[in-house]
Amino acid sequence: MGRLNERGTSTGSKAYAWLEHRLGLIKPLTEAAEHPTPSNNASWWYVFGSAATVLLLLQVVTGILLALVYSPSASEAWTSLNFLNHNVALGWYLRALHGWGSDFMIAIVLIHMVQVFLFGSYKFPRELTWIVGVVLLLLTLGMAFTGQVMRFDQDAYWGLGIGASISSRIPGIGAQLVHMVLGGPIIGGATLSRFFTLHVFVIPGLLLAGVGVHVFMVLRHGVSDWPMPGRLVRKSTYEREYHELTEKTGIPFVPDAAWKDAVFAAAILFAVMACAFFFGPFGPGGQPDPTIIQTAPKPDFAFLWIYAVLAFLPPNLETPVLLVAPVLGIAAMLLLPLIASEGERHWARRPVAVLMVSVIAVTLGIFTRLGTYTPWSPIMNAWSSDAVPVRYMHDRTPLEREGALVLQDKQCRSCHSLDGHGGLRGPELDSVASRMTEDQIVRQVLQGGGNMPAYGNALNPSETKALVSFLMTLRGDGLQPAIDASRELTHTSQVGAPASHVAGNSTLKP
Amino acid sequence: MSEFLKYPGESSNDALPPEGKAAAHTRRAFLFKLAVGMNAVVGAVLAVPLFGYLLGPAAKKKSAAGTWISIGDVADFPVGETRLAEFRSPVATFDDGETAKVSCWVRRVSAQKFQVFAINCAHLGCPVRWFSESKLFLCPCHGGAYYEDGSRASGPPERGLFEYRYKIAGNSLVIHAGDMPTLATQASCKDKPLVQIAPPTPETRSTTWEG
Ligand code: FES
Repeated sequence: MGRLNERGTSTGSKAYAWLEHRLGLIKPLTEAAEHPTPSNNASWWYVFGSAATVLLLLQVVTGILLALVYSPSASEAWTSLNFLNHNVALGWYLRALHGWGSDFMIAIVLIHMVQVFLFGSYKFPRELTWIVGVVLLLLTLGMAFTGQVMRFDQDAYWGLGIGASISSRIPGIGAQLVHMVLGGPIIGGATLSRFFTLHVFVIPGLLLAGVGVHVFMVLRHGVSDWPMPGRLVRKSTYEREYHELTEKTGIPFVPDAAWKDAVFAAAILFAVMACAFFFGPFGPGGQPDPTIIQTAPKPDFAFLWIYAVLAFLPPNLETPVLLVAPVLGIAAMLLLPLIASEGERHWARRPVAVLMVSVIAVTLGIFTRLGTYTPWSPIMNAWSSDAVPVRYMHDRTPLEREGALVLQDKQCRSCHSLDGHGGLRGPELDSVASRMTEDQIVRQVLQGGGNMPAYGNALNPSETKALVSFLMTLRGDGLQPAIDASRELTHTSQVGAPASHVAGNSTLKP
Repeated sequence: MSEFLKYPGESSNDALPPEGKAAAHTRRAFLFKLAVGMNAVVGAVLAVPLFGYLLGPAAKKKSAAGTWISIGDVADFPVGETRLAEFRSPVATFDDGETAKVSCWVRRVSAQKFQVFAINCAHLGCPVRWFSESKLFLCPCHGGAYYEDGSRASGPPERGLFEYRYKIAGNSLVIHAGDMPTLATQASCKDKPLVQIAPPTPETRSTTWEG
């Protein structure tokens, strides 16, 4: 038995020797894995990069499996996704894994980036590692956008329209660029084919190569040591200090530090699996038929904030902001390590960095939140589905009730809410008469202004009269009606008309 | 030197270290540079068709995209109303499936006068919907609104709706369609400037209603 074992091991080591003599990779890779790293960075804060890599591998594997069935053709893509969901065994689960994997990957990449930024790890000598990392972030977002196009449904179709419209704003080459993005004059088969090529060949190739370079540089310079307040990075001394630290406190990366990476990666994979299992795949939504216009297109989660920003930009700033802001943002991220390559690393000594992260995170959070419920979008069916609350109809004159009818009929509720129902684009109307005088309401309705279209052409005088008299009854909980402070002064000269106004107003009891 | 190690290019430099050899062999260095140059030339020539293929869609002449296409009988569009019409894009190819379908809003102003609006919002291309009661086109994406004549009413769009050129041929309404309408590839570029911010039409009736 002992002899057999011995022979077994000797055969094994012989085979290893044979392989390694020819391959020559096993030893250097093992050495790289076991390289000593300062013990202070064997921390749970240092696990995000490896988790992102593991998620990338998950995406590659699930992507390849999906490509076995998916048909990248404008006439078949949507059907093939439904086929995957319903007819292919576990097809739904693979789609769910790929979809959730992509959301997790974006989240982990962002967290990784924030951690590296707050720890000042992008400073000398790891500037290029950061720059490659920024490129990897952009490629990841590129995968997310092209991936959304792969789910060739209504949202994907109109999302492409938004992409084309943004490209069309670039001065000079707008038209050519639209044709380049779409692969032709319209969104169609050629468009899907080129996004498929990007999503499956071009970007993944760049992404894998970039991750290779990124990891190579991490090994070359070592994982950054834990930042200490007051310990400054200087180009002249940093590398020597890092080496001394590694010699004094070094532990082998595998297994002493890497066990945390492995635990976290497993947890993240499990989280993706659980989300995929419990929440299922994303879509596909409605079929990509552009004649079905009863739709409110929305981008995927990662791009909701952009969608929200686009709703708030004033028209004359739109093109400049759309074209300049991304360039500035990306340039700032790329140049950051070159501008701040030395100095303090610890977040406690870098208040501006902490402030920037907080402000950006809160801003993105707010815009994403707004993007989930799109308060700027008209509720297109509110006029026929949400009735005027009954209490607003009690004790009203026939004219006022007629006005309520006008309000519903003319679709005011698309943008204005009553009792919490209706659009949020314009102000709620429950207490409009306590904010605006009759004259102001008339002017606003007929001429529009601010964000409101003019209704002069859509209302005849009697409709306007009825509508305004109904609106004048809406004063919230018995608030005083708004008054025009200057009206008193004009009373003396206009005897008749103002008096009738006052009388009219006093009969309106809420 | 062993008999077996002779090779055709053997020279007196064989005894030098590799760097010395490279330095000494100016002929080989020259030939290598020449070969690199040849590759550059071949590569440049090869790049022409590759880039030509890649940039093909962008290179097409603007006028090439699009033709006149009928979108229905004139009688289908009552005077004073705005109706949805559908057609198959004349520039669609074999693989476009249902994405080749296009819809547009047709407003018949009078017997002979039409306005044919693109479905795509002038802001970022979402499909606008017509509301006949409030006489507005509303966009679901960011809340852009347009009046019945297509001019901008409110919201993020900086100009009115894109319009197709049209003509009446016999009994049918014919429009010129091709490119997906965007600010750069709009359906009719000549009639409207690229960026047009239409102020809301001032309404003069505000005094008469009270009387
Ligand atoms: S796309 Fe219509 S408002 Fe933005």
